[in-house]
Amino acid sequence: MLRTTPFHSRIAPLNLAQNWRRWSGYLAASAYEFHHNREYWAIRNSAAMIDVSPLYKYGIEGPDAERLLDRVVTRDVTKCELHQVFYTPWCDDDGKVMDDGTLTRLADDSFRLTSAEPNLRWLQDNALGMNVGIRDISDDLAALALQGPNARRILHDAADGAADDLRFFRLTKGEIGGVPVEITRTGYTGDLGYEIWTDPANAEALWDGLMEAGDKHRILPAGMLALDVARVEAGLILISVDYVPAHQAVIEGRKSSPFELGLGWTVKLGGNWFVGRDALIAEKERGPEWEFRGLDVSWDSLEALYGEVGLPPQLPSEGWRTSVPVYSGNTQVGYATSGCWSPLLKKYIALAHIQSQYAGIGTNLRVEVTVEHYRKKAAARVVETQFFNPERKRSNPSVADEVPA
Amino acid sequence: MSASRYDAIIVGGGHNGLVTAAYLASARKKVLVLEKRHVLGGAAVTEEINPGFKYSVCSYVVSLLRPEIIRDLELPKHGLQILPLESTFTPLPNGDYLARWGDHDQTRREIYRHSPRDADAYDDFGKLMYQLAVAVKPILAMVPPDPTSMSPKDLMGFLRLGKHFRGLGHEQFHALHKLMTMSSADYLDEWFETEALKATMSSSGIIGTFLGPRSPGTAYVLLHHYMGEIDGAMRAWGFVKGGTGSVSESIASAAREHGAEILTEAGVAQVAVKNGKATGVVLDDGREYTASVVVSGLDPKRTFLDLVDANSLPDDFVRDIERFKIRGSSGKVNLSLSELPNFTSKPGVGPLHKGAVSISPSIDYLERAYDEAKYGDFSSRPYMDIIMPSMIDAGMAPPGKHVMSIFVQYAPSDLRGGWDETKREAFGDAVVDTLAQYAPNLPEAILHRQVLTPWDIDRDMGLTDGNIFHGELSLHQLFCMRPTVGHADYTTPVRGYYQAGSGTHPGGGVTGASGRLAALKILKEAL
Repeated sequence: MLRTTPFHSRIAPLNLAQNWRRWSGYLAASAYEFHHNREYWAIRNSAAMIDVSPLYKYGIEGPDAERLLDRVVTRDVTKCELHQVFYTPWCDDDGKVMDDGTLTRLADDSFRLTSAEPNLRWLQDNALGMNVGIRDISDDLAALALQGPNARRILHDAADGAADDLRFFRLTKGEIGGVPVEITRTGYTGDLGYEIWTDPANAEALWDGLMEAGDKHRILPAGMLALDVARVEAGLILISVDYVPAHQAVIEGRKSSPFELGLGWTVKLGGNWFVGRDALIAEKERGPEWEFRGLDVSWDSLEALYGEVGLPPQLPSEGWRTSVPVYSGNTQVGYATSGCWSPLLKKYIALAHIQSQYAGIGTNLRVEVTVEHYRKKAAARVVETQFFNPERKRSNPSVADEVPA
Repeated sequence: MSASRYDAIIVGGGHNGLVTAAYLASARKKVLVLEKRHVLGGAAVTEEINPGFKYSVCSYVVSLLRPEIIRDLELPKHGLQILPLESTFTPLPNGDYLARWGDHDQTRREIYRHSPRDADAYDDFGKLMYQLAVAVKPILAMVPPDPTSMSPKDLMGFLRLGKHFRGLGHEQFHALHKLMTMSSADYLDEWFETEALKATMSSSGIIGTFLGPRSPGTAYVLLHHYMGEIDGAMRAWGFVKGGTGSVSESIASAAREHGAEILTEAGVAQVAVKNGKATGVVLDDGREYTASVVVSGLDPKRTFLDLVDANSLPDDFVRDIERFKIRGSSGKVNLSLSELPNFTSKPGVGPLHKGAVSISPSIDYLERAYDEAKYGDFSSRPYMDIIMPSMIDAGMAPPGKHVMSIFVQYAPSDLRGGWDETKREAFGDAVVDTLAQYAPNLPEAILHRQVLTPWDIDRDMGLTDGNIFHGELSLHQLFCMRPTVGHADYTTPVRGYYQAGSGTHPGGGVTGASGRLAALKILKEAL
């Protein structure tokens, strides 16, 4: 049996279709209902609860904790304030991305790092000669994402206002369902949202506390299928889907630099030395070979292609994760790695790796679609990766100002 | 005297000889295979020594049976089915165990239990070995060029090799250099800290060699283990339904379908040579057969020192063959069981019984087992690689009963004072006693026991000194050095006489690669 998360006793009875998938050796719900549609709309319209416990988590503590992390990740960790959270990738010596996650400063000399893949050995190897303790706390911390426009109001009720003024990518502490929790204003949906961290022993109390407070705000547990659509709309990359971690890549061509993944903003070349910095300086000078972009697939084009066989456009309701060729004219100039029909934007969208000279915003390209067994090319425009980026994601109105749902 | 004249006579009906025969026959050549024993297969045989219980007497798993052979000869049509053997379970003296299961997440969790660091390293190590196996694998399917030759063909061969290796990244090149020169223990030490993990992984570097995990050169053999991984789900690695003999039977069936004649109980006494050219063979019973080409599937010692009059061979060549290292280092114990072993570290019957069980708790344990053999004794606490075929293929034993195959190392061929029946049984006792420490119910469950020492394997199977690979797989005996420089291309100094056994490139294991490459060479230049 795969491992179950600390919330399993709560989520298992709710999984009506027994629709599970694997996530880092754990059982994770793909969808709770028979279709993920309502779960998606909970993320965008009310609030969704997503069990994200399978994330890898590391506790890094000691006088050299800041030094170690500053050496490993691309961002300038010396700038990370107390209770601030950084999203950051980290690279190998050649400046190729190995993983990405969040870094939280819990105290002057104490951090927490989340990641998608195991990183214990990499952190230990980089800590040679440093006075720092690295603990794998993956199993010591249950994590729940509360995402959606009503998330603040639910937390207001559930945590007695502890997170009312919590700013984007900051941490606070509080109590939910009678158990102590840490709350960060982070998430993987591109919406207003929080992630709540607690001891696994408190997981059920946390779940119950949020469900109780969330009921009148239409809270709904959501699975990976709904999350996948939301994260594509938000333009957030997924490891092993949108990029291959450098240390797992069997061939060079599979590796990507942060610049090639749209993460140039996380690369702080002005600060201290970090792993991959020299290679990234060189790459910045010559310019990356690839850009990571959004593709807005033309509805008119889809209609025309499907019209040829007498059908209206038929698009998948789930996000897809296969590599799909992208063309300029008839020359392949890239590939899309994730895509979906956006129920909110009413658009067919994709995230794609495009050769730099074809990646200018507004460039007209073509993306492969299979229409009734035949491969066709639909018109698509190059856009920024954030298809959906609401004001509420970062803004800080007081809870009282918010119009009740 | 026989009136028949053949295009090719294959001496020895082992799996490589049969592969050569099948390829030649499928090219419409008139082929005769001569096998000394009553069964085909050589060391790849299934025999029902205890009625109702089938033993894969010697070779017990197929690791690298070439997929192109399976396709070319349509072996599945002739009955071949390779069943998965996914896990390795290593019981430990402290009552714990280490397991590597078929599932990645499950294996990671298990290794993590022993060392979180090793769990990360295991994946990184696997990737590097995969890359190296990809780099080295094409060599397995290549006729080795002669480094001393200036012929364009050989030079081109080396040029291709050079280009190939230039394509490796510096990390891989560095690792390959280390693999070529280091011991498996030292190499694995660079990656892991869990003793049982290092020991179990290193065991694939010592199987069939007269070396210990701390002997330089053993690291390279680790790589061979990963070759089978390259094809992913397509890999031809596992347990053969019906026992390893089914490999030989299916190849023989394919050969017969193409018209090859196969005779058993037809031991060849000598290869007839006239004017420096092979003309046929003479059997132990005096029968004679003539052919344009004679192919030996036997090991290099028997191929050249027994079958051919030394006067037909150049002196320096004979000396090279005499120097060829072929020390036997392993034995085999086959058991009929009334019940499965119940391991104290993981009681009951479970998935572990469908995989391999490895007695390799630590590098020290393996090295100590080697120490004893180095000075002429068999290991009192040996390394063992165990499978329970009846758990994978119910047809291997009567319902409710089981068979167990135990590969045992070390059992030196030149045991001090020589092997005899008493020593053979003492060796068998050491195996059972050792296993009983981990599974105390085992001795009582034994219904029948077959013990094979290198002495038995030499005498019964015709493998010189009982070496399972027809000569050690050490670096100085691989590629263009196997069995000797100048004749690593399946030719011999005698025109019309070819070699096709595991003593040629790419070497031991039930791969069929030597037999196939030899057949292609013969078709190209002799028939």
